[in-house]
Amino acid sequence: MSIDSTDLIDLAYLLAAVLFILGLKGLTRPRTAVRGNLLGALAMLIAVVATMLHQDVVGVTAILIGIAIGSVVGVILAVRIAMTAMPQLVALFNGLGGAASVLVAGGYLAGAQTFNDVSVLGATAASGLIGAVTLSGSLVAFGKLQELKFVKDISFDGQKLINLGLALGSLLLGYLLIAYPGHAQLWFWLMSLVALGLGVLLVISIGGADMPVVIALLNSYSGLAASATGFVLDNNLLIIAGALVRASGLILTRIMCEAMNRSLWAVLFGTLQGGSSSLSDDEAYANVRSTSADEVAMMLDIAQNVLIVPGYGMAVAQAQHAVRDLTNLLLARDIEVTFGIHPVAGRMPGHMNVLLAEADIAYERLQEMDQVNSTMDQVDVAIVLGANDVVNPLARTDPDSPIAGMPIIDVDKARTVIVIKRSLSPGFAGIANPLFGADNTMMLFGDGKAAIVEVGKALQE
Amino acid sequence: MSHSVFLSFVTFAETLTAEAPASVPETISASHLILLLTVFALAVIVGVEVITKIPPTLHTPLMSGSNAISGITVVGAVLAAGSESSTLATVLGFLAVALATMNVVGGFMVTNRMLAMFKPKNK
Repeated sequence: MSIDSTDLIDLAYLLAAVLFILGLKGLTRPRTAVRGNLLGALAMLIAVVATMLHQDVVGVTAILIGIAIGSVVGVILAVRIAMTAMPQLVALFNGLGGAASVLVAGGYLAGAQTFNDVSVLGATAASGLIGAVTLSGSLVAFGKLQELKFVKDISFDGQKLINLGLALGSLLLGYLLIAYPGHAQLWFWLMSLVALGLGVLLVISIGGADMPVVIALLNSYSGLAASATGFVLDNNLLIIAGALVRASGLILTRIMCEAMNRSLWAVLFGTLQGGSSSLSDDEAYANVRSTSADEVAMMLDIAQNVLIVPGYGMAVAQAQHAVRDLTNLLLARDIEVTFGIHPVAGRMPGHMNVLLAEADIAYERLQEMDQVNSTMDQVDVAIVLGANDVVNPLARTDPDSPIAGMPIIDVDKARTVIVIKRSLSPGFAGIANPLFGADNTMMLFGDGKAAIVEVGKALQE
Repeated sequence: MSHSVFLSFVTFAETLTAEAPASVPETISASHLILLLTVFALAVIVGVEVITKIPPTLHTPLMSGSNAISGITVVGAVLAAGSESSTLATVLGFLAVALATMNVVGGFMVTNRMLAMFKPKNK
């Protein structure tokens, strides 16, 4: 058996694949997570260097310039982005990855001499189609999360038909690519164009609060596109890495759908019937009692066990650092403080954890929903900061509610509940929250950050 | 368990390395295609196994980290940009390299930034 340079490159690819897997394994606990990420980066470096040594790679100038430009832009974005904008950044990067898939497939068609293999052509079509949908879908998701003015929730009659038409159209063009490879490039770019439109229309009708599910799903598609490219170029590393990303995206999508108790189909194609619950605003809010920072401070002073439930509102108000200050004040008084993190709180799974970690709160204090629910009756004061639907008891009690069956954090079972909110406006589900009018609940109206800071000040007096 | 997974990967890789073509093939035999599909299937299974063990607290870094890994497309981009088979291929490849590198470098860096915040504190 003789070994040539191609074999060495393939061995390097194998090493990179193993490192990717070990890197992901490192993410299974915070202690090894940084190392895991570095392993992944090392794997990528090995992959790129090995590829540059491939005999087919004749000119490296374009490559080096491309890498330089990409690195500079990537570093700037990564270093400057605020943690609250993390979902947008993931969406943006995902779109760029999709664009790269389309360009690579197109580049392959532009460079190859003859096309006589159906599976290769098929994989090219697949990676172009998936890449294009991922590109435009991710950019729309980015626009929605960034709340760009021109990206509105557009929903019109017959939209599903148009989407179906676009999907069939792009599949047809893909078929033409395979069947009539003489004009392969024409079919390819037409197909990509149609697929771009499909991506836009698919995502534009989905509400902003569902964007995390969409991003996880698009993430899985960019993995699929990478695997498809691997089938085109007969490259195992692309196939393996793409499969890992696909698995990750699918798992996260499923976790989020379960956490909202909605099927993926409902998220993508359904519309939320807002306000169809039997509870009107007047009924729910008849007994709303409002409180002040001083009163809250008094309650905290005599408490022994405090639970904080953050939501998207905390991110918007950038209140995480104020929360840390309040936590430290409570800890100094020997008061136990824990955080209850609902799986879909905030705009992305684990987003609340990242924000609280950024504020230097020890991650051992961040507990999952089931953990905090099991000891809720021992909580003296539960502070709900910017969360709404995830603490709405209607999910448990009202089978007709849009959020029926969704697992929630049972703060209503704590001794006292303080809800910090700017007003009684509804969350994404558009329904009233009877928690706000409950006997053991008091509302502290105001901006999240300002409210927490005032409570802290009152506590110190 | 990870040891036996590793071994099965090595066995498959050896089979593939022995048959790996020198450059992009114009035709793929059915058995080769099935091998590629096998690799794909195994990789998905391994991926599911590893990723379901990642705790929810690290799901945001997981999303940005797996997004960075999807930038593996850069490998294909390098092949396209470096082949000098046609000007169009080089241009497309160059653009793909730039975009994929943004995805990779930005992705790993922002993931690192987030993970560094999860270091054990002395609180």
